[in-house]
Amino acid sequence: MPDQESPDPRQRVVLFTPDDPLTLDGGSRLDHVEVAFETWGTLNADASNAVLVCHALTGDSHASGTADQPGWWDTMVGPGRPVDTDRFFVICPNLLGGCRGTTGPTSINPATGSPYALDFPLLEVRDFVTVHRRLMRHLGIERLLAVIGGSLGGMQALQWALDAPHEVGNAVAIAASSRLSAQNIAFSAVARAAIMRDPEFADGRYIDHPDIEGPRTGLAIARMMAHITYLSEQAMAEKFGRRIQDADEPRRRFGVDFAVESYLEHQGQTFLDRFDPLSYLYLSRSLDYFDPFAEPGATDALAAACAAGRGTTFLVASFDSDWRFATAHSRRIVRVLERARVPVSFREISAPHGHDSFLLDHGDYLATVRAFVDRAAEDTVGAAEGAVRSGSADPEGGRSDAT
Amino acid sequence: MRPDLEVVAGLVEPGSRVLDLGCGDGTLLAFLHAELGCPGTGADSDAASLRAAIRRGVSVIELDLDSQLGEFADGSYDLVVVSQTLQATRHPDVVLEEVARIAGRGIVSVPNFGLWKHRAGLLVRGRMPVSAELPHPWYDTPNIHLATLADLEDLFGDLGFEVRRRVLLDARGQAVSGLRERGPANLTASAAVYLIEARPS
Repeated sequence: MPDQESPDPRQRVVLFTPDDPLTLDGGSRLDHVEVAFETWGTLNADASNAVLVCHALTGDSHASGTADQPGWWDTMVGPGRPVDTDRFFVICPNLLGGCRGTTGPTSINPATGSPYALDFPLLEVRDFVTVHRRLMRHLGIERLLAVIGGSLGGMQALQWALDAPHEVGNAVAIAASSRLSAQNIAFSAVARAAIMRDPEFADGRYIDHPDIEGPRTGLAIARMMAHITYLSEQAMAEKFGRRIQDADEPRRRFGVDFAVESYLEHQGQTFLDRFDPLSYLYLSRSLDYFDPFAEPGATDALAAACAAGRGTTFLVASFDSDWRFATAHSRRIVRVLERARVPVSFREISAPHGHDSFLLDHGDYLATVRAFVDRAAEDTVGAAEGAVRSGSADPEGGRSDAT
Repeated sequence: MRPDLEVVAGLVEPGSRVLDLGCGDGTLLAFLHAELGCPGTGADSDAASLRAAIRRGVSVIELDLDSQLGEFADGSYDLVVVSQTLQATRHPDVVLEEVARIAGRGIVSVPNFGLWKHRAGLLVRGRMPVSAELPHPWYDTPNIHLATLADLEDLFGDLGFEVRRRVLLDARGQAVSGLRERGPANLTASAAVYLIEARPS
């Protein structure tokens, strides 16, 4: 979290206006869309070194940071990291529908002069891609070197390649899914129920009423539950076991007693400071409906672009301890792409931390992404820039999990 | 490139779509793509090899050859390469059936357990062979299904494969040519590379 004194690293741009509105995949129209984003590094002369980082459900544009303002993906993005900000121009926008500066349900509806709340249209992952494609055009980038993301971010990377294969040379989808399972949707449903059945939700109009705090209890519970799905049973056992929080003997009451309870309580409470309940509803709902391969001819444009040598090369990776989007989800993406003759590599990384592994410092995982990105840079930027480091074949391969 | 891989490459038709099972670091696929214009995919389960293949721009899919070849669709490749890999699988017959299903045509390269040195070692010393070609002690070897060329050719026949080409290799992995090729292959060859084709059923 940026503190009060730190300068806001975000840039802002209005990308859609009443004269040039955003038409959503569902048919609705947004007359005013502003996007807040961050960038790192320098765009080269032929704009061939741009990497788009897509954030996950509750992430934001601050992918890479400093000691004072750490980024959520400092393991992956930064100087000398696999997505090397010394070599690449890296962009991370806040999602449409979110609450971190890009237009969303808490923004003012120009038609009414008050916040949209539940009048905001439902969003699809495709809509995120549409907005980000416009942002790339604004930045003068015709073809991205790579799009990379984990979880919902990986789903955006997949949608990018399906919608605009000529605009993205490489896609990295980590711990992602092409279609949520019933279990995934069930967790999503409980999270939304916690928010919407909190009396303070007030049909989403809490946002108009300064005397209502909003569904803080519901949002905290949603976050607590979601957080359980981000960790593996082993990771929780190692981190907390049955330890009692701040005491030698159990209190044997209904309050927080076990360390894991304290942890979830903390996760729920800190989430309230940085996330909005309406954004949680809209963004989580976009995951539920995501099913891009169900569209007829879903991979046709991508396959044709690949056959013509101007498509997207994929890296798909999963973690063996991830039970939120288990390896089977990634295998399905790989199977569909491989059968469409789209170049795709797949790794199942052995890591103990569950879904959250994609954020962590894990040697084999980061070395795999580095190998893919280095190769992509060599093929794309290499000749013109000569900036690709040699001899970086496998610098992290031997490092053990340090987190 | 390993000499036996050069022999394998020599049996590949330019432009064919190749699946390399046990592709290692992707050397063969990179060569086939660069020299013969073959698009291809590799499959392996070793992390360092997979990273190396990705680094050289080869598409590789991490999977278990014994249980996950169903990921590949029927007839989706022109050729499946199984190079120095078959002997390390749990069910070599099932892998070969998958070769028939996925491409109908395969290149299989194997060490020959029937080489006279191995036979002599077993006969004279009463010990399982350890050599340059088979460097591992019996209890710690990935090569769990060693066969002689005669055994393998029987299996090809049982599974409905025709052998289109057979190239015998010496201890250095070089193709044996001329007079030496006419000897009893099962006794003299260190290894062999087969081009096999499934008989239409």
